[in-house]
Amino acid sequence: MPARRLARSGIRGLYWVSETPSVCTITTNFLRFRGVKFRGRFKQAMTQALSIQTQPLVSAATVEQISNSRNEPAWLRKARAEAWAVYEQTPMPTLNDELWRRTDISTLKLDRLSSAFDAPSATPTQSVDELPEGLKRMLDVGEAEAAGYLAQVDGGAMFNWLNDDLRAQGVIFTDLETAAREHAPLLRDYFMTSAVPPTYGKFEALHGALWTGGVFLYVPQGVKVALPFRAGIWQQTARAGLFPHTLIIADAGSEFTYIEAYGSETQPEPAMSDHAVELFLKEGANLTFVTLQNWGRHTYSLGAQRAMLDRDATLQWVIGTLGSKVTKTHHEIFMLGPGSTGNIHGFYFADANQHLDHHTQQDHFAGHSTTDLLFKGVLKDKARTIYQGLIHVHKNAQRSDAYQANRNLNLSARARADSIPGLEIEANDVRCTHGATVGQVDDEQMFYLRSRGLSEAHAQRLIVEGFFEPLMDRIPLESARVKLREAIQEKLGAF
Amino acid sequence: MTSQLEIKNLHVSVEGREILKGLSLTVNQGEVHAIMGPNGSGKSTLAYTLSGHPKYLVTDGEVLLNGENILELSPDERARKGLFLAFQYPVAVPGVSMANFLRLAYRSVHGNPSKPESRREEVLSIPKFRKMMREKMAMLKVDESFATRYLNEGFSGGEKKRAEILQMAVLEPEIAILDETDSGLDIDALRVVSEGVNLLRGPKLGLLVITHYQRILNYIKPQFVHVLVDGVILQSGGPELALELEEKGYESLVKGDSHV
Ligand SMILES: Nc1ncnc2c1ncn2[C@@H]1O[C@H](COP(=O)(O)OP(=O)(O)OP(=O)(O)O)[C@@H](O)[C@H]1O
Ligand SMILES: [Mg+2]
Repeated sequence: MPARRLARSGIRGLYWVSETPSVCTITTNFLRFRGVKFRGRFKQAMTQALSIQTQPLVSAATVEQISNSRNEPAWLRKARAEAWAVYEQTPMPTLNDELWRRTDISTLKLDRLSSAFDAPSATPTQSVDELPEGLKRMLDVGEAEAAGYLAQVDGGAMFNWLNDDLRAQGVIFTDLETAAREHAPLLRDYFMTSAVPPTYGKFEALHGALWTGGVFLYVPQGVKVALPFRAGIWQQTARAGLFPHTLIIADAGSEFTYIEAYGSETQPEPAMSDHAVELFLKEGANLTFVTLQNWGRHTYSLGAQRAMLDRDATLQWVIGTLGSKVTKTHHEIFMLGPGSTGNIHGFYFADANQHLDHHTQQDHFAGHSTTDLLFKGVLKDKARTIYQGLIHVHKNAQRSDAYQANRNLNLSARARADSIPGLEIEANDVRCTHGATVGQVDDEQMFYLRSRGLSEAHAQRLIVEGFFEPLMDRIPLESARVKLREAIQEKLGAF
Repeated sequence: MTSQLEIKNLHVSVEGREILKGLSLTVNQGEVHAIMGPNGSGKSTLAYTLSGHPKYLVTDGEVLLNGENILELSPDERARKGLFLAFQYPVAVPGVSMANFLRLAYRSVHGNPSKPESRREEVLSIPKFRKMMREKMAMLKVDESFATRYLNEGFSGGEKKRAEILQMAVLEPEIAILDETDSGLDIDALRVVSEGVNLLRGPKLGLLVITHYQRILNYIKPQFVHVLVDGVILQSGGPELALELEEKGYESLVKGDSHV
């Protein structure tokens, strides 16, 4: 871990400080470093020491520092450097860009973010007991069985476990840094090459330059796994900029479920997660992929997710968004092989001042492929949501069948939901349907429930739960459903 | 003390139009009253108004439940005081299972938050509630699948009516209004549902049965029959009045400005 004696600042041999300011917070009266308070002269000295060593997270130096600290092979170093170059060449998205028209990202101050990947919180552990409580809860540790666990804090791999039988069958479930060392050929083919390349956009390029930690899951040909793989991504260090990455390769005929959750406690200072998800489903593979986001309300959640489906592959994709201050995520499915099927079920619940913007795209490149997408959202208070979706059937994708729907339930006159469905069809023998609605709670439903003795709040809760219920059925794990219901109830307010 | 629903000189408007024009009626616990009347005469308006539907504006008159004016109460407060309405057109609530909903409703109506350690816990435990619900479902010959189905969603007309009576059986009200529960039921279902209602009958239940047909009154025998025409009770009598109406229709009553 790159740490340096504070010799230069005049405090000899007393304390260690990491090269990034991530583990320090400076307040007006004192400086706190690893739980110790410093005042006066010491504070000044420490602050100086930190400012000498402080380097912005978003910088070429950090890119190099990550490569150095991880002893990365030449190809990965090069990949980072290239991603950084793309980042520098790509303009920051503005309200003039079609996909960013309703989300103003200029409030995100990248230069105030710190790197957290070498913070003590990101130190590996052998025991789940040492994981932060919130992360443990998210992972259902001790409640539900799993094929494997992977837990990350502040972009560092903290805990990893995989069932021995599966390991013997060739399953790989590890962090990406380890995978880059141990499974380089696989990674070189798939990692940010075709699904989410750095050229995807400004934040994807940044991701390619600064990612750490990461999840790599490979399930070999024909291997079927009944229990789900679980991953939990947690943020703890103040002002952290995280770059979580998930790369999953479902080899031909494999069948399994993967559930990942992002989360943190709400903190006073803004943080960012700029994630990427890359899913590859080979011929006949059957993957259930569940991604749940419940960041604290201080977080900008950005990211791109893309699934690539070969012939006869089936993807059940569940996307849940409850947390964050601002969310702007892309979710795309590429139907590359005939007979492939993608069912995409998204839900979001925005309250207070949350701003949640989802963009989906169903790209049919091969014919005889089917996608079915349903995004449902509930809004409360002064929340704002955007759903923008596109079905794109390419020229040769005859006999494609695509469905897209977005339904919103608005509980407040001050909240606003925008829904922008879209179709682009280049083939002539296809079936495409889309639809969007924004509605309020039905007065007659409300009266009916209240006439049975339910208070207004209870009735509203039932209606909202009922609205989400069909999506809950898609979540393959009871313990995860229970948690989601709790989160929804929490949003609705205590009774 | 026995429950009593007392309606005095009730005037109700909907969207600026007066529908009920001075209606008075008293239902005591243990009594069964039938209300008959032509389409659009205001029967459902009466039912909704008693339950507290916000669309129906009371411009004059009083409704007392056990001496207390309930017109200022919310629909749920009225339900907690023992009032129940079986809807003419039950509302579907997608995604909400009947069992889950009824348990919450039961807890709202019968749970006593100030006495958490009371009988309530025992009665409200999930297994005990399920058992009670299953018994009532068996009594009304309601298929077990109804418990897990979404409330009224995709129910046939007759199934909805049956489900309303199931809710009534579970919630055990003191005063219940059945708004055309018989319409939409086939002959066998009418018998089963009526028998179910009869099992609930007793000194503790006051019933107001709104119907167009004398047939249901063969099963649920009323002590009183009222004829509602154009927002007022035009005539009241015993069970024989229903038979007379069935034979002669409302026209005769309205024309011969008869015997109130
Ligand atoms: N919510 C409403 N909005 C507008 N008009 C209403 C509403 N409810 C009732 N009305 C009007 O009030 C009048 C009485 O309606 P109501 O439903 O009470 O009649 P009813 O006696 O129950 O008739 P039916 O036998 O057909 O059920 C009708 O003219 C109806 O159109
Ligand atoms: Mg009616």
